[in-house]
Amino acid sequence: MIAAFSFTALAAVFTALAAAPFFLGTYGTGFLLGLVGYVTLASAWALFSGPTRYVSLATVAFFGIGAYTVAVLYETLPSWLVLVVAALIGLVVALLVGLSTLRLAGVYFVIFTFGLAELIRQIVTWYEVNITGTLGRYLFVDYGPEVVYWKLLALCAVTLAIGYLVKRSRWGLALKMIGDDEVVAEHCGLPTARVKLALFAASSVIITLVGAIQAPRWTYIEPTIVFNPTISFLTLIMALLGGAGRLWGPVVGAVPLFLLFEWLSANFPDHYSIILGLLFIAIVFVLPNGVLGFLEEHWTRLRANRSAKSDLEKREAG
Amino acid sequence: MTLTTTLIAGLVLGGTYALVAMGLTLQYGIARIMNLAYGDMIITAAFAAFIVQALPSINPLTGLAIVVPGGFVFGYLVYVFLLSPLVKRAPNQAALEVDSILTTFGLLFVIQGVLLVLFGSNYTSYTFLNVPVSIFGTTVAANRLIALVLALAIGLLFYALLTRTRWGTALRAVAVSPQSAQLVGINTDRAAAIAFAMGTALAAAGGTVISMYQTFTATGGVVFTMKALIVVIMGGVGNLLGALTAGLVLGIVETAVSTYVDPGLTLAATYTIFLVVLLWRPEGLFGRRVR
Amino acid sequence: MQDLLDVRNLTKRFGGLTAVNDLSFTLRQGEVAALLGPNGSGKTTALNMISGFQPASSGTVLLDGERLTGRPPHWISHAGVARTFQLVRVLSSLNVEENILAAVMFRKNPPAKETAQEEVQRLLEDVGLAGRSNENAASLTYIDQKRMELARALASKPKLLLLDEWLAGLNPSELSIGIGLISNLNEKGITILLVEHVMDAIRALCPRAVVMNAGRKIADGATAEVLRDPEVVRAYLGGAHAVA
Repeated sequence: MIAAFSFTALAAVFTALAAAPFFLGTYGTGFLLGLVGYVTLASAWALFSGPTRYVSLATVAFFGIGAYTVAVLYETLPSWLVLVVAALIGLVVALLVGLSTLRLAGVYFVIFTFGLAELIRQIVTWYEVNITGTLGRYLFVDYGPEVVYWKLLALCAVTLAIGYLVKRSRWGLALKMIGDDEVVAEHCGLPTARVKLALFAASSVIITLVGAIQAPRWTYIEPTIVFNPTISFLTLIMALLGGAGRLWGPVVGAVPLFLLFEWLSANFPDHYSIILGLLFIAIVFVLPNGVLGFLEEHWTRLRANRSAKSDLEKREAG
Repeated sequence: MTLTTTLIAGLVLGGTYALVAMGLTLQYGIARIMNLAYGDMIITAAFAAFIVQALPSINPLTGLAIVVPGGFVFGYLVYVFLLSPLVKRAPNQAALEVDSILTTFGLLFVIQGVLLVLFGSNYTSYTFLNVPVSIFGTTVAANRLIALVLALAIGLLFYALLTRTRWGTALRAVAVSPQSAQLVGINTDRAAAIAFAMGTALAAAGGTVISMYQTFTATGGVVFTMKALIVVIMGGVGNLLGALTAGLVLGIVETAVSTYVDPGLTLAATYTIFLVVLLWRPEGLFGRRVR
Repeated sequence: MQDLLDVRNLTKRFGGLTAVNDLSFTLRQGEVAALLGPNGSGKTTALNMISGFQPASSGTVLLDGERLTGRPPHWISHAGVARTFQLVRVLSSLNVEENILAAVMFRKNPPAKETAQEEVQRLLEDVGLAGRSNENAASLTYIDQKRMELARALASKPKLLLLDEWLAGLNPSELSIGIGLISNLNEKGITILLVEHVMDAIRALCPRAVVMNAGRKIADGATAEVLRDPEVVRAYLGGAHAVA
């Protein structure tokens, strides 16, 4: 009953969101587009990093790979094929990163992903300067922001669906086991290296696709724009604010932070990274399990108190 | 460039890497904090040196006497206010690692943001002893030679402090086994705070040295963190002499790549080395820990 | 009866230290044996190599004639080896039921979820944790965590069960419960190798004992005889401070 109801409600929300461009102007659609983009990024990030606690700092590396692939190929290939190529490149890079680090302790993975965006940015810059002889590309497509928005919305729905299915299946359990104790997980028969690799690859491909789909929004692309570390940072902070271990956590975190970010970058363009940095530290300190984790904790405590109270009342009455 | 010139330039760069990597290995090996804002601390020190050397009657060398203690105090405060509460609440090492990674990642953006507001995003530099000196048949700028000598001198000084004094032995005991260190009466929280502060002081020394011969920018911290981390892993976590050797190796390789291949590919070279280390000897090239 | 476990010339070196040196022994199907020795004699390292947690420097381990050495722990688990850990390891973000369900769902040929859940309930009953499904695993008492760890090991339907000081730290009444649990398992046909210091338990449970000292096997035979062996006595007395 409840499942059917929430499914209907969800379908209604997504239908409303899909219809939104007909009612909102170009500005409104652009805003919603950015929001859905970050919801997808944060959800994709949390898909792997949430339960396993392998903190990936490479979000913008994959995002940038997607965007740059589109900038290079959009005139030569049909747009769906460009997305496929982008996804494949993202997949190969993810496998490379995963195969070399995920069999080792988590900290190697963090270090590798930490500098990855900068590495790829420098290689792309080097390639553009030395091989193609230009830095920066123009990107003109014959569709408007609403098409970009619909593609992103579809990707967002797919990402949440994957998150839901993983959580419900035994693989959700597998990821929690990995997050808790990999040695026990291995001894229970779980091929931990393969599971981590597969999920990191899935998460990275989605992130690559977000970059690829959003690329036309810029019209002009250069490495410093699409490999901007702020994107990795925002994704991480959104997922953590809502609660990275929960399906809806990243969504809950992404909405207010996106609004805040838009407001900050409009009003305090020079100071937003300081403010966000402080906010981020505050979240780690105050809400280590995110808003949803916090609510859940307090809700159970509240309920426990209440039932204790009603027990007492019953006893007094009897 | 001749081979000798490349080698000397490589040693200068490598000496600096070794110096900063020693600081990071103290922070990770003893204080158990994976500090992703480390490179930004280096850059902050470079800017501090830039300001200090502009003061009358102070040159970058005497400036070290201000910047390095400043780094120590800053590191101590960061540990006490930001990291110590996390250490106390962490149920285990893995949880602390995640928390410290996230916190210092946030700190990275705070420091970078402050530097951007104060200094903008342009490359900054100043001239200090930019006079040619002849050595081994080639000419090198005096500031580079001084940078190399300083890096090695400061590095060896800290090494001596850690290996030749009682106090240094206590710190290393914490690195090997925090529980047993506590049993023999070492205050591990204090030891960690001091190790973290010393690491930051080394970062400050590194930043000052870098500012003598290189341009730097507010957003350049990530690359320094990355290189220091790679040197630490190559040398073996907690291994000071390993960090020294690995730092020199990385400096020479990078200089060779930028001289003979392309300056735009130095980070790619660094990453290639990192990959080889990960696949071949993830525990480091030179054994495990300082004994 | 046929040999289930065949350990041949197993060796582990850490740098200059040889923790396990040329260890060989076999276990018959259905046998319960103790692996004894003073602290630091290499017992846990031997278990770690059998279960795949640490790679062997040289030597081989065969289970039912199939080679385990060189395989990752999950493969060895699927081949039929389960273990508990010297310091109890629980999956702390999962509840009691999920801790065991995890092992059922990832064993070789896992059942459907409903069947698996029924099986978990049976396992919980077997180890004395019936009705505790929804409790937080991390907040269980020590003995209950040990029970849960045992259930988790059994959930993978092992042919061979490795218990690393599973009885250590239990009080006398808990100890007799624990001994009862282990002998029940053996009656069901599971072959068991125990690393243990509790002598009463060893005498009660294990007809046979293998003794190690400084990485080498120094005795192997009927427990009562082995414990009278002068070399074994010397090994234990030499490391007297290490024996409780």
